[in-house]
Parts: sequence; structure tokens; C-alpha cells
Amino acid sequence: MAAVVTKRFALVLGILSALLAGSVLSAVLPEDRADVMYHRYDGGGVEVDGPSILLRKSIGESFSLSANYYVDSISSASIDVMATASPYTEERTEKTLAADYLHDKTIISASVTNSTENDFDARFFSFDISQDFFGDLTTLSMGYSKGEDTVGNSEDASFEEEADRQHYRLSISQILTKNMIANIAWETITDEGYLNNPYRSVRYRDSGSYTYEPELYPGTRTSNATAIKMRYYLPYRAAVHVEFRKFSDSWDVSAQNFELGYTHPFKDRWIIDVKYRRYKQTEAEFYSDLFERSEETRFRARDKELSDYTSDTFGVGVSYALDMGKVSFVDRGTVNLQIDRMSFDYKNFRDVVKGEKGGYAAGEEPLYGFSATVTRLFVSFWF
Amino acid sequence: MRILLLFTILLCSACSSYSLKPWVKPYQRQNIADPIMSFSRDPVSATYMHHVYQAREAARGAEGGGGGGCGCN
Repeated sequence: MAAVVTKRFALVLGILSALLAGSVLSAVLPEDRADVMYHRYDGGGVEVDGPSILLRKSIGESFSLSANYYVDSISSASIDVMATASPYTEERTEKTLAADYLHDKTIISASVTNSTENDFDARFFSFDISQDFFGDLTTLSMGYSKGEDTVGNSEDASFEEEADRQHYRLSISQILTKNMIANIAWETITDEGYLNNPYRSVRYRDSGSYTYEPELYPGTRTSNATAIKMRYYLPYRAAVHVEFRKFSDSWDVSAQNFELGYTHPFKDRWIIDVKYRRYKQTEAEFYSDLFERSEETRFRARDKELSDYTSDTFGVGVSYALDMGKVSFVDRGTVNLQIDRMSFDYKNFRDVVKGEKGGYAAGEEPLYGFSATVTRLFVSFWF
Repeated sequence: MRILLLFTILLCSACSSYSLKPWVKPYQRQNIADPIMSFSRDPVSATYMHHVYQAREAARGAEGGGGGGCGCN
């Protein structure tokens, strides 16, 4: 008798698993969940930390609403700041409201984001539509976003500039085999307006040393990015993932990043993630660490994020499933810790702070590099 | 872009072919349905990491989510 009950239970479990599996790429609204995260970035003289809180709740069968509240508390003594200014602290607050509507195999999503800090405001609107077809093996998604930035200057109350940004994106997710899923995505972004950082300067040779003057960027930028991601379920319960992205823009920057990761659950409640990511980019056509003279070129930048460099990231994460037996309104919960160690190696950005201390000649200073630790500690609940 | 175009053409050709049927049946998708196979298992953490990368890299886009703006340096 017990054997029959066990077999029936296994059969019911199998059917439920198959039904659940059938919903994998078929259009379903995201699960109701709540996430509370503490995040911290520490490296290169910059410390950024704060909370991020996400709430998602469905309304009826067709609607799902979500809200995200995010704060960056920034304390910066970065190489740029130490070279030409004084360390500062500031806070950025970002709020997002989003809605998803499900109709048959179609999901329509819209969101609005508002980000504020003392000298920079950003508003961002997004609209996406996705459609499942081919036996729910394929999902095609398209999206459009528009961003509007207002750039200020804390040292000049009269300074105010605008920048507009538009995103066009397309992606296809495909179940390739019963153990492999892939996604290919493409996104074009166009910018127009004030794209500088009002505080950043370039340096040029002057009387055997160097002098600074404000940087000047073009008023437009267009970029294209294509990414391919794949996840593969191994013969035992674990997964590997790979990701490759290729990027280029009208400022002559080209970049690639590659990521390889492994996910391994064990003892029912634990999941371990490890990953390695490499990023590499070339410099913008108007970038120089040291210009030969004042206003040498029409556009000028000495932003290390526009220089030639590589970065490596090693990450590890652990997730523990909580026992929610006594909490009736919560289906399941996890507590998670993820730590990434990033290192940056600049090929054409020199450390002027070390240069001044060490008495190096202009253009002969050591190349700059730094490491950073990125930490996320969060709890997730599904209800 | 060319890779995406080629992929789309191949996919459309495949779907329009009468001989090609969905080859992974719903009851064969239990491994794909496992949370460890999700592209977005931890959306709050993933969004944050995209922000960390965007603030320090010139590359942007095709991350699988929206993005905001900040003047971080």
C-alpha cells in the first residue's frame, strides 16, 4: 500500500514538475517577491554603500506591479578627485515604478525611474513587449527607453545642462535542448546634449610640467552592443553559464567582455555561485592622458573610463534557503551574500598623485591601477 | 548586429519550415525550469552589478535590463 502511495505521489510530483517546466519560457508574470539588500563598493578611494529594496506584487491574473527604492551614499577620494579637487560625500536616491501586463503569450511592461543627487537628476522611461512562440521554446522581446538628464555643478549654482538618451533593444531567448538555454540581445543607445562631467579636467604640457583645463566632449554619441548568454544544466544538479558582449560607439571606443560562471546547489538549502569576468576596451579618439598644448584637439577627455584598459572580476556568492514553516504568508525565503573582487589595469592613464610625490616628469608617471571589493548582502522572500 | 540578423533569419527560416516542430516538449523542461538555470535569479543584485559596471566602463547596453544615469566619478 505504501509503495502504491509513493508511486502516485511521484506521478503527481512528475506531472506538477512538467507543468511547471512548461511555463519556463511561456509567458508568465514575474513571481511576487520582496528583496532587501545592503550593497557596498570599496576601491580606488571611493566608497559607495546603501540599501536597495524591491517589492513585486501581482494584481489579479494579468497585472504585476513593482517598486524599487535604491540609495548610493558616496564618499569619494578617487584619483580624479585627488588630482584636481577635494574629497567629497554625496547621496543618490533612485526610485523605480514598473507594471507588467500579461495577455495570452504576450507581456507588455512599462517603467519609470527617477534618480536624484545634489548636482544630477535623471528620469528614465521604458517600454518593453515580449512574445512567446514556437511551442514556447522562443521568446522575442523588443524595448524602447528614453532618458532625460539634468546636469548641475555644486560649485556653480547657475550651471545647468541637459542630455537626452534613447535606447532601442531586441532580444531572443531560445531553449536549445532540454539542458541548454541561450539568449542573444542587441541594443543601440543614442545620446545628445551635455555629455561631459563638469568637474573633470584634461592636462596638457606647460613649461616643463603640466596644467589642467576643462574637458570637452562631443554633443552626441551612438553605441551598439550585442550580447550572447548561455546556460547549461550539467549531468548532475549544477549549471554553467557563459556570456560574451561586443560593444562599439561613435567615439571610437570598442570593448568586449566575457564571463564564465558555475552554480552548484548542495544539501537542499545551499547554492554556491562562482564567476570570472574579463572586460577590455580601447580608448576614445579624443582621449589623451597628457595633451601637448592647450586646446590641442577640438574635443578632449582624460576620463579613465574612456581610456584603454582591462579589468578582471572574480566573484563568489552563497545563498541559504530559510525555513519559513512558521510564517504563513511567505512561501519561501533566502539569505544571500555575494562578493566580487575587481581589478583595473590602465594602459594609458598615469597616476599623477604618485607622480607629484615621486617627482616624476610629466608623462613619465607610473600607470594607474586599483582594486575594488563589491559586496551584496540581501534577503529575498516569495509570497 | 550581423550575428543577431543571421540568428533571426535562421530562426524565422526554421520556424516557417513545415518539417521543424518544437523539439523540447513541455515535460522535458524540468532542468530548464530549475532556478539555477535562470538568467535573472537575483534581480536586485544583478541590477546593482550592471550599475557598478556602467559607472566604470565605457561599454553599455544589452545587459538584459534598463538603466539609469549618474555622474559618478
